[in-house]
Amino acid sequence: MAKVTGRIVVDTERCKGCAVCVPSCPFDVIALADEVNSKGFHYAYMKNPEACTGCTNCALVCPDAVIKVFRKKVTA
Amino acid sequence: MAEQQITSEDIIQEENLVFDRTSLLTDNVFHYCPGCGHGVVHRVLMEIIEELDVQDKAIGIAPVGCSVLAYNYMDIDMQEAAHGRAPALATGIKRTMPDKYVFTYQGDGDLAAIGTAETIHACNRGENIAIIFINNGIYGMTGGQMAPTTLEKMKSSTTPYGRNIQQMGNPLKITELVAQLPGTCYVTRQVVHTPAGVRKTKRAIRNAFKYQQEERGLSFIEVVSNCNSGWKMSPNQANKWLEENMLPYYPTGDLKKPEDK
Repeated sequence: MAKVTGRIVVDTERCKGCAVCVPSCPFDVIALADEVNSKGFHYAYMKNPEACTGCTNCALVCPDAVIKVFRKKVTA
Repeated sequence: MAEQQITSEDIIQEENLVFDRTSLLTDNVFHYCPGCGHGVVHRVLMEIIEELDVQDKAIGIAPVGCSVLAYNYMDIDMQEAAHGRAPALATGIKRTMPDKYVFTYQGDGDLAAIGTAETIHACNRGENIAIIFINNGIYGMTGGQMAPTTLEKMKSSTTPYGRNIQQMGNPLKITELVAQLPGTCYVTRQVVHTPAGVRKTKRAIRNAFKYQQEERGLSFIEVVSNCNSGWKMSPNQANKWLEENMLPYYPTGDLKKPEDK
């Protein structure tokens, strides 16, 4: 069966850590990092990358357009 | 077939890219507060202009308010208007250059307070422009003062005990007001704090550009947005507050939509 898997790449220097992407994710993939970027913001990262389907919901609501989304079909 | 091991490196490849920052946004970092809806609307607008391939034909009018510096982020021709006068400026630009796509980008203090006359008369004349109206119920830039759109009992820096209807009047539903005017062709209210809302907003802006090309009249798009700094909340709390308080008073959906040609 074909399955889709995805990954996001966050531009950590531009991320302001607003966390709007966190509840937008239907699979609870995103969280804010404990580390901060050079501006002192806790940037978003993938805490659970295997669950990502590349649905782009996080990128759609990101107010700073820092999320890039990749999606690939895999056959299991 | 054995379970295929797939690594992040396999997925993060150029051919698998499904979402990227549009090239029509400049490299400047938005000066908006974390979680502000302005950034989403800026991005959606630029995505539409990129999709329609009208970068050389689009002219935006920046307002006074937080989005006064919109021209730093949108890589198209922009003009800055005096406070509230963006529809007047857009009228002049559209009339002298009718083949351009002209839109204004205004906040609630700009459009619904000081610019009420310009807004209503531009709508009534049916100027062939698009107005994008960001409503967050507060004067964000100047420190969270009460705006005409501030809800009843909503606290702001000038209404510390909440807006009192008897003293300060009712919140202004300017979108419903302009929907009554024959000059407007498309009037809608959208949100950008949820993925579904962003998709609908994008569709609305695409419609507005289409109607402008077909010379149907004025398109008015209200986006109910947040102001987490002004509301003194975290971004996610502000979005929840928006859903619970703003949306019952400012319901989303199309108020007026023309028949498709």
